[in-house]
Amino acid sequence: MLFSKPRLRAGLQFSWRESFKQLSRPWGACQAGWRSTSSRSVPDVASHHPAEVVSSFPPLQTYTEEEGMMREAVKKYAQERIFPLVSQMDENSQMDKEVIKSLFEQGLMGIEIDPEYGGTGSSFFSSILVIEELAKVDPSVAVLCDIQNTLINTLFVKLGTPAQKEKYLNRLSTDMIGSFCLSEAESGSDAFALKTRAEKHKDYYVINGSKMWISNAEHAGVFLVMANVDLSAGYRGITCFIVDRDTEGLEIGKKENKLGLRASSTCPLNFDNVKVPEKNILGEIGHGYKYAIGMLNEGRIGIAAQMLGLAQGCFDHTVPYTRQRVQFGKRIFDFQGMQHQIAHVATQIEAARLLTYNAARLKEAGRTFIKEACMAKYFSAEVATLTTSKCIEWMGGVGFTKDYPIEKYYRDCKIGTIYEGTTNIQLSTMAKFIDKEYNV
Amino acid sequence: LSCKVLSSVVTPCYCFVSPQIRVKPDNTGVVTDGVKHSMNPFCEIAVEEAVKLKEKKLIKEVVAVSCGPQQSQETIRTALAMGADRGIHVDVSGKDYENLGPLQVSKILAALAKQEDAQLILLGKQAIDDDCNQTGQMTAALLDWPQGTFASEVSLEGDKINLVREIDGGLEHIKINTPAVITADLRLNTPRYATLPNIMKAKKKKIVTVKPADLGVDVTSRLEVLKVEEPPQRQAGMKVETVEDLVVKLKEAGRV
Repeated sequence: MLFSKPRLRAGLQFSWRESFKQLSRPWGACQAGWRSTSSRSVPDVASHHPAEVVSSFPPLQTYTEEEGMMREAVKKYAQERIFPLVSQMDENSQMDKEVIKSLFEQGLMGIEIDPEYGGTGSSFFSSILVIEELAKVDPSVAVLCDIQNTLINTLFVKLGTPAQKEKYLNRLSTDMIGSFCLSEAESGSDAFALKTRAEKHKDYYVINGSKMWISNAEHAGVFLVMANVDLSAGYRGITCFIVDRDTEGLEIGKKENKLGLRASSTCPLNFDNVKVPEKNILGEIGHGYKYAIGMLNEGRIGIAAQMLGLAQGCFDHTVPYTRQRVQFGKRIFDFQGMQHQIAHVATQIEAARLLTYNAARLKEAGRTFIKEACMAKYFSAEVATLTTSKCIEWMGGVGFTKDYPIEKYYRDCKIGTIYEGTTNIQLSTMAKFIDKEYNV
Repeated sequence: LSCKVLSSVVTPCYCFVSPQIRVKPDNTGVVTDGVKHSMNPFCEIAVEEAVKLKEKKLIKEVVAVSCGPQQSQETIRTALAMGADRGIHVDVSGKDYENLGPLQVSKILAALAKQEDAQLILLGKQAIDDDCNQTGQMTAALLDWPQGTFASEVSLEGDKINLVREIDGGLEHIKINTPAVITADLRLNTPRYATLPNIMKAKKKKIVTVKPADLGVDVTSRLEVLKVEEPPQRQAGMKVETVEDLVVKLKEAGRV
């Protein structure tokens, strides 16, 4: 064993917050009563150097005033309202209801939705910044916010009829969570092989089948279900159905007991003759496969932001420790071996950030972004894995205990290489683009 | 109370993290390069109180004021995102800003209060970088208005204000006339977060920039900082075995 547990425990029953008051935390001094705003990671260039030359090619870490303010607001909120609950939510595998409520109150669940539907009316890049900031504190909360904004809301906004928008957008921005149901036990990466079918009867459809790995399912009020109306047509039969939670025949199974992202509920769903009116079809019949791919292209930038925030958050918890911990008469940070490792990881995080921000800006600019989005998601997930693993090593024995948040980041990061398109799928997609590029 | 305008002052202050405070090599002050500016916590509480009063429909309008360089506008925007209606940025930069103290700010506020026909000025009790605790009191004196400082509870009653003040001996209840100056203490309220939709709305609210000269205020300082030093390094203590030893050591050190 690397450490002797009894010695660690004797008289030192830490909770995370206690242990961090012992260490010099970046926000330790501002803890008593005031709301701290010390920012650790990306410096807000625009606000520190007002006299900077305004270039027509600003660096990627340039934010509009609105984006900067949003980031600061979410950072404060996450630190004060979410951080104290992270450990217990992970332990109990349960998202705190207060956290969900406050996410809606802060306007974080309808970032791109128009104010006429109760949303914030901001941009895609703002969503990315929000997800990154939330992930620094709790990647489970970040994924809840990410799915709502980048998958559910976007689908309704892009494809909803006025009636559907009227019925759902308001609720999605104020109090209702949505779930995106594509994967099944027999179809993950091979999504189009899904077997859940929808049979047409007069003016309604009857859905039968089951879904697996559905995030947010425990709390969702509405489910966007990909079902096939004509299995003989293959993927061209896949259609997107809006299914309300209380629809008869929809059964939400027991949530999975996961390695990481435990506070985010992941459940199997069962559809037993679920009747869905025709008007609940989102978009067009048989076009579901297109919508799924399209949304996932955007969603993966959100996941990239989540993995980025996770890596940065973990790093921010670890470096102060290395600057305090003394062995052989000096800070462990001062050993060249440590310095080289730390600098290497910092570089990887920076690269992941640039890939993510660039993919987001490309999408906002209306330019092609799919290859870049794949790169961002693939790279950020790998960086998160590297960072968390290294951080545990740098923390030594304490990194291996649940008294410190590092091990949670380590467990949480693994899903990044798996969901919303596995790493292998991302690489194959990129390769297809590269192949085309060289097709003279 | 038909309040025309409520002025709330938002002081951008340096939020230091203690290990990082360093005295400048020339001993003229503290190093502020690269330190993040943010709204003074007591001013946040003042803005929150103002917005609350507006929500209760007891006052008509909340105007957020900040004195300083261009970056002060960010602090005003935060106040707007919390619910203030418009902002006034009094542009003071460079050497003038370094020397800007409570007296000059009070003069500016007094001038603005007259110009805006304000009925109430709400400020934080003190800034956490200089801890002066003078601006509110000086402003009241310049305007010859009553003042309610260290307020932990504020309620309007007709055209008077009931205040609970936190004082050394406990709590003091006073009633003051309007127009008045109130300074906010820690327990007055818990400031709201600027929600994202409010940050978006804040973009449309106006911030007007004026210069102290426009208000007829001279910002030359009456104070000259001679020297800024770090406090003496804490010396190691020493242990003694008996009370007699302690008395001997104290006598040696000239303490008794």
